[in-house]
Amino acid sequence: MAGKVTFRQDRCKGCELCALVCPKHIIVLDDTATNRKGYHPATIRPEDLDKCIGCGSCAKMCPDSIITVERT
Amino acid sequence: MAIVYEKSKGLTDAELHYCPGCTHGIVHKLVAETLDEMGVLGNTIGVAPVGCSVFAYNYFNCDMHEAAHGRAPAVATGIKRVSEPGTIVFTYQGDGDLAAIGTAEIIHAAMRGEKFTTIFINNAIYGMTGGQMAPTTLVGQKATTAPYGRQQDHYGAPIRMAEIISTLEGCAYASRVCVTDIGNLNKAKKAIQKAFRMQQEGKGFTFVEVLACCPTNWGKTPAASVEWLKENMIPYYPLGVYKDIEEVK
Repeated sequence: MAGKVTFRQDRCKGCELCALVCPKHIIVLDDTATNRKGYHPATIRPEDLDKCIGCGSCAKMCPDSIITVERT
Repeated sequence: MAIVYEKSKGLTDAELHYCPGCTHGIVHKLVAETLDEMGVLGNTIGVAPVGCSVFAYNYFNCDMHEAAHGRAPAVATGIKRVSEPGTIVFTYQGDGDLAAIGTAEIIHAAMRGEKFTTIFINNAIYGMTGGQMAPTTLVGQKATTAPYGRQQDHYGAPIRMAEIISTLEGCAYASRVCVTDIGNLNKAKKAIQKAFRMQQEGKGFTFVEVLACCPTNWGKTPAASVEWLKENMIPYYPLGVYKDIEEVK
């Protein structure tokens, strides 16, 4: 795994701007969860985790700065 | 693992009140990252406007001051002139604040060549008050006070602030950027970095206009807003550098 993305999901507003700029198109809204703000938070499905290249685009784009990206 | 990106130290841990998909948060980050990278967070005073970004003073991790509606450049002038040499001063203003009620203040601050930086957020609508027509609203664009779209024969055509500011001698740097994708976001950050560096070097007034999305008042999803901005705003508000005294010489 090249990249590791952590979402601070309780602060996510579900705008999907992160998904818009993800070059691998692996970020989705988790429609099985609702955070305390009432939004479906952004997430990466477990089967897609290894597709992350750790480019950091999602984190740079997130207006609420809820994404941290690490890379090996 | 090495950290590629984490929340900037230039921002407090406060939750932003902006609507989903609002690009204010992205511009906040770019300004905060720039100040942090320059190592001037402890030496910076920002001036917050009235409008959606009125609570900017809660979000930036530097000293902040609130100004009356549109008067941020006047307040910043006072702060810059009396503070210690080397203090970085910036105003963060929306289009209702800067291009409507505060037009006189920004024009005259630029004319005097006040050595501070203005970050101007242009989303072509009044956001906080509920989507009324702004001076920057595009011809044909619907707003709550222009339900059939802005009519040019009645309301005129939108005002282009970066161009106006660039004509003033006191202005050292004026550019227009947007944050619709990573490429443009990087360009926006470079413009903001340059503006703050030129301020630090005492070159004059520096101005960065950022085209922004207002999904709530445009009545669009965040993704559709980004597309609408690219298709409608950029043709009328061309991106680019309108003045750079370093380039001319």
